[in-house]
Amino acid sequence: MAKVLMKGTEAIAEAAIQAGCRYFYGYPITPQNEIPEHMSTRLPQIGGVYLQSESEVASINMLMGGAATGYRVMTTSSSPGISLMAEGMSYLAMGELPCVIVNISRAGPGLGGILPAQGDYFQATRNAGHGDYRILVLAPDTLQEAVDLVQDAFDLSQKYRTPVMLLADGFMGQMMEAVEIQERTIEEPKANAEWALGWRKERGGKRAVIYNLKLAPNDLEQRVGELQKKYEVIRQNEQRCERYRVDDAELVAVAYGTTSRMVRTAVDQLREEGLKVGMLRPISLWPYPVKHFSLPSSVRALLDVEMSSEFQMLEDVKLATECRLPVATCARWGGNAPSVSEIENKCRDLLNSSR
Amino acid sequence: MSETKVFGMTPTWRRDVHTHYCPGCTHGVAHRLVCEAIDELGIRDEAIGIAPVGCAVLIHQYMDLDFIEAAHGRAPAVAYGIKAVRPDKIVFTYQGDGDLASIGMGEIVHAVNRAWPLTVVFINNAIYGMTGGQMAPTTLLGQKATTCLSGRTAEANGYPVRMCELLATLEGPAYIERVALSKPQHILKAKAAIKKAFENQVNNKGFSFIEVLSTCPTNWGLRPVEACQWLEENMIPYYPLGVFKDFE
Repeated sequence: MAKVLMKGTEAIAEAAIQAGCRYFYGYPITPQNEIPEHMSTRLPQIGGVYLQSESEVASINMLMGGAATGYRVMTTSSSPGISLMAEGMSYLAMGELPCVIVNISRAGPGLGGILPAQGDYFQATRNAGHGDYRILVLAPDTLQEAVDLVQDAFDLSQKYRTPVMLLADGFMGQMMEAVEIQERTIEEPKANAEWALGWRKERGGKRAVIYNLKLAPNDLEQRVGELQKKYEVIRQNEQRCERYRVDDAELVAVAYGTTSRMVRTAVDQLREEGLKVGMLRPISLWPYPVKHFSLPSSVRALLDVEMSSEFQMLEDVKLATECRLPVATCARWGGNAPSVSEIENKCRDLLNSSR
Repeated sequence: MSETKVFGMTPTWRRDVHTHYCPGCTHGVAHRLVCEAIDELGIRDEAIGIAPVGCAVLIHQYMDLDFIEAAHGRAPAVAYGIKAVRPDKIVFTYQGDGDLASIGMGEIVHAVNRAWPLTVVFINNAIYGMTGGQMAPTTLLGQKATTCLSGRTAEANGYPVRMCELLATLEGPAYIERVALSKPQHILKAKAAIKKAFENQVNNKGFSFIEVLSTCPTNWGLRPVEACQWLEENMIPYYPLGVFKDFE
């Protein structure tokens, strides 16, 4: 496919299709409505199914049914809808069911607003639902990356038999950029016949059961221990981060998603002033890219930049650096984003005060 | 445990499994009817069951079928998720009254209204069984439960929900019937209804919903035979048996 100008939501939807997704379960909520709209038009044209649910609670459980067949399936929503999906995510994790969930996040809490925010970081990375489980969370900062990551999300979900979330705020969903969407080669769903529902004949008459309940404590401890081992492998192998102009930096800003776009511009402009500023941009929010936080000795301070009044990523920044460096914060929220000049001023102040 | 010898059970029934159900509980009868329907229609390789939350969460112990355990009340949504991908499979849910008529009311109403070819077996025993006898939406007026020790009142809790009547107001469903398991004549009718509910799906004839009046001797505080009598005398007058919708 040639490079085309697309809206984020539509690009994500089309990228999912090109990664083999033929079944989509959706419910309207702003600012992600173009995804179900795109799917409802496109999927029937190519032998797929768009199923509109009665609620996000139903969406996530439809997703669970679809995932249990071993086919590539997806649902999308925005923050309040993701809250409703929390229960289902816990069940999906316990059932080890591969699927993709996209959150085009908006400002909360409560009904909040429909404009972009990054207040769902805790929800995404600390488990929306109950119990000991994890899901992979990927956060793009351009539409090309959004397209690539949603396709990676399908591959990762299959590789590890786990739900994977794409966390892209409303800016990512609603902006337009040039993207090139590649068609991915994927394994046939039959490759999942060993565990998935609906392949009894292929298994030679043996049934498959997707369990969620383990009443006996030893059984449950063992089961959750198996999950934990898988999460440890993911922690080791799937950390992703961009290091931007970090090598000689004195101050490193940490930002993900849309916020990192403003930070990148600020870094470039401050560099022209001769100020040694860099950026760490986590791409995998879980697992958090701890390995990429080994910083040169020139770094004297960090700056956490977010669209979140609670600086939700700050904890991870401190954990990743084991609190060895002071971490300042710069944030806007409620649908506003930190401006480039706000970030630049904060950086200048920090560099001056730490001299 | 004592040795169990089984003679002539229908093939879908899994051998050598001891029941976890209480003495006198009619889940076992309902399970057997589902197994017989599946075997008589020859659809064991095609059937996919969705287990509820409640006593019947362990239904897959007894049936040699593909199964998935759903969250409380969400089985119909899971069923749609499967059927969207695999319309060639025979997909059914088996849910109790707490699961289907309380926490899952939203899912079942929309599932029936969407009316894809699916099968729902709804076990109504007028109480929450697995959690120990709390009031359900289907608990009768005056019936005692652990969360209404003096008996349910309409003033505090509204009237018991009649699911068949409610769902029969919808345009979509192909077949809705209420049956009971309290005596052999009823069981034979229940068998025919459950089989028809699967047969409709085999023939792609829309959504089928069978409500099965069942007993819960443990939480009703009755002996098994008394429980069947209580069902006859109290449940059937409020939950009349019969066909509420039939496409034919």
